[in-house]
Amino acid sequence: MDLATFLQQLANAASLGSLYSLIAIGYTMVYGILRLINFAHGDIFMLGAYFAFYLVAAAVMPWWVAFIVAIGLTSLFGIGLERLAYRPLRDSPRISLMISAIGASFLIENLGVVIFGGRPKSFASIPLFDTVVNVGPISVLSVSLFIPVFAAAALVVLLFVVNRTKTGMAMRAVSTDIEAARLMAIDVNRIISYTFGIGSALAALGGIMWTMKYPQLNPLMGIMPGLKCFIAAVIGGIGNIGGAVLGGFLLGFIEIMVAAFLPALTGYRDAFSFILLILVLLLKPSGLLGQKQTVKV
Amino acid sequence: MKTRNTLLTAGAIALFACLLWLADAKLGGYAMRILNLSAIYIVLSLSLNLVNGFTGLFSLGCAGFMAVGAYVSALLSMSPEVKEMNFFLEPLAPWLQNLTLPFALALVAGGLCAALAGLIVGIPVLRLRDDYLAIATLGFAEIIRVVITNLQSLTNGAQGLKNIPKYSTTWTVWGVAALTVAFMALLTRSSYGRELKAVRDDEIAAEAMGINVFRVKVTSFTISSFLAGVGGALLGHMITTIDPKMFTFMLTFNILLIVVLGGNGSITGSVIASIAVTVLMEAMRFLDEPLNLLFIKTEGMPGLRMVVFSAMLMAVVIFRQRGLMGDRELTWDGLAKAGLLPRKKKGARE
Repeated sequence: MDLATFLQQLANAASLGSLYSLIAIGYTMVYGILRLINFAHGDIFMLGAYFAFYLVAAAVMPWWVAFIVAIGLTSLFGIGLERLAYRPLRDSPRISLMISAIGASFLIENLGVVIFGGRPKSFASIPLFDTVVNVGPISVLSVSLFIPVFAAAALVVLLFVVNRTKTGMAMRAVSTDIEAARLMAIDVNRIISYTFGIGSALAALGGIMWTMKYPQLNPLMGIMPGLKCFIAAVIGGIGNIGGAVLGGFLLGFIEIMVAAFLPALTGYRDAFSFILLILVLLLKPSGLLGQKQTVKV
Repeated sequence: MKTRNTLLTAGAIALFACLLWLADAKLGGYAMRILNLSAIYIVLSLSLNLVNGFTGLFSLGCAGFMAVGAYVSALLSMSPEVKEMNFFLEPLAPWLQNLTLPFALALVAGGLCAALAGLIVGIPVLRLRDDYLAIATLGFAEIIRVVITNLQSLTNGAQGLKNIPKYSTTWTVWGVAALTVAFMALLTRSSYGRELKAVRDDEIAAEAMGINVFRVKVTSFTISSFLAGVGGALLGHMITTIDPKMFTFMLTFNILLIVVLGGNGSITGSVIASIAVTVLMEAMRFLDEPLNLLFIKTEGMPGLRMVVFSAMLMAVVIFRQRGLMGDRELTWDGLAKAGLLPRKKKGARE
């Protein structure tokens, strides 16, 4: 292993880690508020990519406008999903909510197969993202450098919203205690909608960047990233935005580095994240940055 | 009343056996295949219902344990020649190469290995609750699948196994399904079954009553894995080819659909839903093909069938959470109360 290869892989890991972080934030925010694993989050990620694909293919607007519109559409979709599939179950057992989420996930995937077609589509290349950049000994696709930048920008905006605005304060209040928040005259339903909107927008950004890096779309592309990002959120400590970012990067690094330096284990690549998940759940169930919760009888 | 119920049960079994014999003789291979598939789904849905409906553990690991059962049973029952044909990339481990067991033994071995896997997975994972448990079991199922894909010399990797002997005849699968139903009916009425329900309804209260909650959970999970393994093995011996791609989350989803539709915690609900869903899945195949509705002609839309089923699952969860049966059972006494059975004597009580 020489330094150049290492740096090369480091760049790869950083971009994969940023993508994972973007999606993991959506999981962590929704879980923080509703205590729900939003199984359909990976499929929202897929939808974001498809919306961008069709808007760019329609060629009525520049690609960057198309991307922003796609993110907006996905965000609306996420809000609609919550209203239809999760809101009616607000007071039901958590298991019912989760079954509904699993159903929603399969519904979106199969609707995707029906509407978009099962055959993979490939994204037209966008020159800005598709050039090879040489930095010293390493050469990477420019998109790999843009991804961490976009992710960081999105994170700054998100942290500003959550920590500095009134809506963000309401979000934190709802995630701490939904009943108390309601008593403080917070419109809980509106805050939950916002949360889904923001989470879905980040997933869409992740999905679009993902297809820039791996330019193939298919309706089932959200499943694996979805599961892995949920794992990233758990590893970092679910409900904690910083934790989701940390978990995403950790997962991205481990995956890339193991594949690069222990090629014999490449076949087991998809199992790493699950093994890591189970280890974290057993050793530190609250995650790396999560707070320990005690159960009162 | 008790003798009446026993007689009715015996009669129903005899009647069903006759019908099955008739169906086996008259119906074609395709119809029998669907019928037999529903029997396998009965075993699988009861396996999931045991942990999900009766013990209140949300497990999504079904497909993994099915894979273990299917592979073990297939490898133990294939003849050495078939094995040689299958393992052309890398030879099978020698001790397995020449080992061929009778079907019944292979089936039980498949179930036992799945149960062992369940025990090994269960001990660490069952300390978790609710959704963490769900995601951890899902993770383990995925790990099992990845391991099977990579153990070339033991499982033939991604190529899978072909020409598995077709032992899953009508009588075998329905026999196993009947045994499973009987086992579950006895289990849920036993003191052990009451422990399960106590853990489901209130874990802390159950613990306070002196129930060893963790042990109950692990036992229930292990039994469920055994049943899943047997179901997977039967499936393998029916389809005659298995490969790791078969045992994805998709398969667990189908079983979950049956359990939720039938009613979480209802044996008869699971049985009815297994048959209904399997038949519907086949009957609705036309949705995937080009439609010709006189005025509207649609092109073939593969996937539409699954859209309908996922929408159905969501509709049931949102509008009728209890599913078809809730946690009640279809019993002779219940039927009699509804006036569907001829009454023998007025005023006869148990």
